[in-house]
Amino acid sequence: MCLALPAKIISIIKHENNDMLVMGVVDFSGITKAVSLAFVPEAKENDYVIVHAGFALSILDQAEVQQTLDAFVELSAFERINELS
Amino acid sequence: MNYLKAFQHPDKVFEYIEAIKCCITRPWNIMEVCGGQTHSIIKYALDQLLPDSITLIHGPGCPVCVTPLAYIDKALSIAAQPKVIFCTFGDMLRVPGSQSDLLHLKAQGADIRIVYSPIDAVHLAQQVTDKHVVFFGVGFETTAPTTAMAAYQAKLLRVKNFSLLISHVRVPPVMEVLLSSPDHQIHGFLGAGHVCMVMGYHEYLPLTQRYQIPIVITGFEPVDIVKGILCCVRQLENNHYAVENSYQRAVNEGGNLPAQQLMMQVFEVVDRDWRGLGKIAGSGLALRSEFQQWNAESFFDVSMINTQEAVECLSGQVLKGLIKPPQCPQFAKRCTPESALGATMVSAEGACAAYYQYRRSP
Repeated sequence: MCLALPAKIISIIKHENNDMLVMGVVDFSGITKAVSLAFVPEAKENDYVIVHAGFALSILDQAEVQQTLDAFVELSAFERINELS
Repeated sequence: MNYLKAFQHPDKVFEYIEAIKCCITRPWNIMEVCGGQTHSIIKYALDQLLPDSITLIHGPGCPVCVTPLAYIDKALSIAAQPKVIFCTFGDMLRVPGSQSDLLHLKAQGADIRIVYSPIDAVHLAQQVTDKHVVFFGVGFETTAPTTAMAAYQAKLLRVKNFSLLISHVRVPPVMEVLLSSPDHQIHGFLGAGHVCMVMGYHEYLPLTQRYQIPIVITGFEPVDIVKGILCCVRQLENNHYAVENSYQRAVNEGGNLPAQQLMMQVFEVVDRDWRGLGKIAGSGLALRSEFQQWNAESFFDVSMINTQEAVECLSGQVLKGLIKPPQCPQFAKRCTPESALGATMVSAEGACAAYYQYRRSP
């Protein structure tokens, strides 16, 4: 139920008089779909968002992605040093 | 970049597991709160790759599983009525009620539809004005803002042939219930990443302090899960207990403020029964008085429903982490996804369904 998937914002469809009705077309690695962007008002085209039940709920922090994927190498190296010492 | 594949890469999973092996000295029991995490753990056999000294306890974070039987029966009662289009998430269709389930009712002719988003149900009501459209909204704080938006839009757009059957639940109260049980065996938690994406994680700070237990906010892909376990083990080995965010690409401390604001505008906190667990104070969300016009429980008379739970079902013990699904005598015998005794066997997040799908002896 809490399944939420990353998708890239392709275009933003603003509503003329209500920010709560803003939509966006997003790309889930090849499948495009219109979803609500009401909860991510600062989102821009080409941002990655995490989408759940037709709503973008978070803008994916791409710097953090790289850090997580890089950091573990240093982390495990650190653990190994600890083990040796 | 494919953000799912990057966090499913086996090399990275093994590197984190090696790091866990390097720092662990004692046995630890870690509960993953969310059923989505349970499915990843069983699907990718992460529990079998981890050192034997780590026991993963599957938590109650499957909203479909804990939706009270009374609400399943209310849903069945409403969906059976003429001139009703009953919409819900796909997970809810096989959940057993006292007598039947929505899928059987649909086969008998009821107009029951699976929707991707609660908003789709509002749009359907705008198109089919001679019928009443009901959306059955279940789920944790991840999903609650999406049904809050459906209520908000129904009010804004004055959609009169639409209502919501709401059975939302909150994660922190059930964690507190588990921790306050004197015989609990939990040393640390993997917190539910997508709930925290909406709510942030300040609600968990008092729990870590009061029960001196680490809570690591964790994502759902294999790399996320082993990283969360590493963070949890490091805290445990160092006698630390703090809320730690291991899912930083999606979660920040404050969460999604516009979503929280809309939830507060539409919902109030109420006591809620949890299927298999009983009543938990302050654990539910219900429509505020300003939205009663869109409350299906006001629109349809469903107050006098008598429920009857299948007596052989041990899903309550599964949800509390007291037994693993194969320990239930009915597992994969009387109880299968096609003909389930309890909701934990049919939900995509149910622990019984995970073991049935990925861990069943041939």
